[in-house]
Amino acid sequence: MSDLLSFLGGLDLQELWGIVWLSLWVSAAALMLATAIALPLAALLALRRFPGRDAVINTLHTFMGLPPVVVGLFLYLLLSRQGLLGFLSLLYTPGAMVLAQTILAWPIVASLAHAAIVNVDPVIRQAAVTLGATPRQQAVTIIKEARYGIISAIMAGFGRANAEVGAVLIVGGNIAGYTRVMTTAIALETDKGNFELGIVLGIILLALALLANLALRRLQRRGRGAGLEMSSWA
Amino acid sequence: MGLRLEAASLRKTYNSNPVLRDCSYAFAAGRTYAFLGPNGSGKSTLFRILALLEQADAGQVNYLENGAALGQNLELRRRFTLVLPRPGIFNTTVFHNVAYGLKIRGVKSGELEVRVREILASVGLAHKRGQRALDLSSGETKRLGLARAMVLAPEILFLDEPTANIDPRNTEIIEDIILRMKAGGRATILMITHDPAQADRLGDELLYFKDGRLLAG
Repeated sequence: MSDLLSFLGGLDLQELWGIVWLSLWVSAAALMLATAIALPLAALLALRRFPGRDAVINTLHTFMGLPPVVVGLFLYLLLSRQGLLGFLSLLYTPGAMVLAQTILAWPIVASLAHAAIVNVDPVIRQAAVTLGATPRQQAVTIIKEARYGIISAIMAGFGRANAEVGAVLIVGGNIAGYTRVMTTAIALETDKGNFELGIVLGIILLALALLANLALRRLQRRGRGAGLEMSSWA
Repeated sequence: MGLRLEAASLRKTYNSNPVLRDCSYAFAAGRTYAFLGPNGSGKSTLFRILALLEQADAGQVNYLENGAALGQNLELRRRFTLVLPRPGIFNTTVFHNVAYGLKIRGVKSGELEVRVREILASVGLAHKRGQRALDLSSGETKRLGLARAMVLAPEILFLDEPTANIDPRNTEIIEDIILRMKAGGRATILMITHDPAQADRLGDELLYFKDGRLLAG
């Protein structure tokens, strides 16, 4: 116990806070980008029939299992000075890490959101039609019915982004005070045999995941319980 | 004159099984029609085709006003409504379920509030307005489905088994609501029922389904 207290007392809290803050910032930005790409695509795939739709869904499911190091390598080649996107000078910046996490998270958000929308009872659409909804209003109604599944999809995307290490290590470079996030810091500290800091960071990472899940559960319970507010339902 | 509905030689086949064979009928405005017939005889299919949810393989559905056929567009669709056997209640409050059709028509909040309140009172759900609609009993759910349609003041109201699988008390309440609508005289009501006594109580005219054909009683 006294060992742990002396270890905690010796921690550079400013550095620790910087790592936690950057992790959250990068994951949140990636999640926003991933959601912005994924949700319209999920809705399109769930609500419209078009040639090649099945192929897109299959590709999406395949992308859910993208190996992070492969994404990291691919992105490294794109962002390196000789790469197609080298002119952006993003390599070894938080921006590159956001990009890597976005690539890994959006197929998960899209696939799970697609499943949530597809699973809405078809009678909901029929009810909307019988009540005079336009095709756009029908789509909005169906998406709103799927909202809790969509929130779960976004949280799964956050989990993927937040837990990512391989790709962000390759394109971020784990630079202290600049691109070092919780996962890459844990990997580094473990390599150095500095397990205590790794464990503290791991606990913080888990605590953040727990907080995010509690927020989700709270939202879902609000929807299932009495007094739910959906003032702009239609 | 009001909105009138005509079915002309409607035919529909599912998996090479003919469900509707040459179904024709002219429905007079303001009357209540009760449809009777065994399960699977095509009553619900006819309702879905008449309410423009499905297309017939052959024949025509005509909505007429002042002797002229109306175009089957959104404007027309908003003049009638169909209450499905499973009404498709939205996962929100009772109030917002009833307000849905008004909101999508752009009804202002003041008028919307008044109309929803009146309808909820008329179906005995005023005290449940803030509750989650999916938590209602099956009888209350049927009443909510009816309220959601009635608040739109449809000129033609299709009711597909409005009292199926509910207790006698709720059946009585729903029959009373339908009778009050009838007395209002504004809407043409087409309803499917399996209860000949109910058809007698509520219908001005009884229609029987047999072998995919519609027979007047």
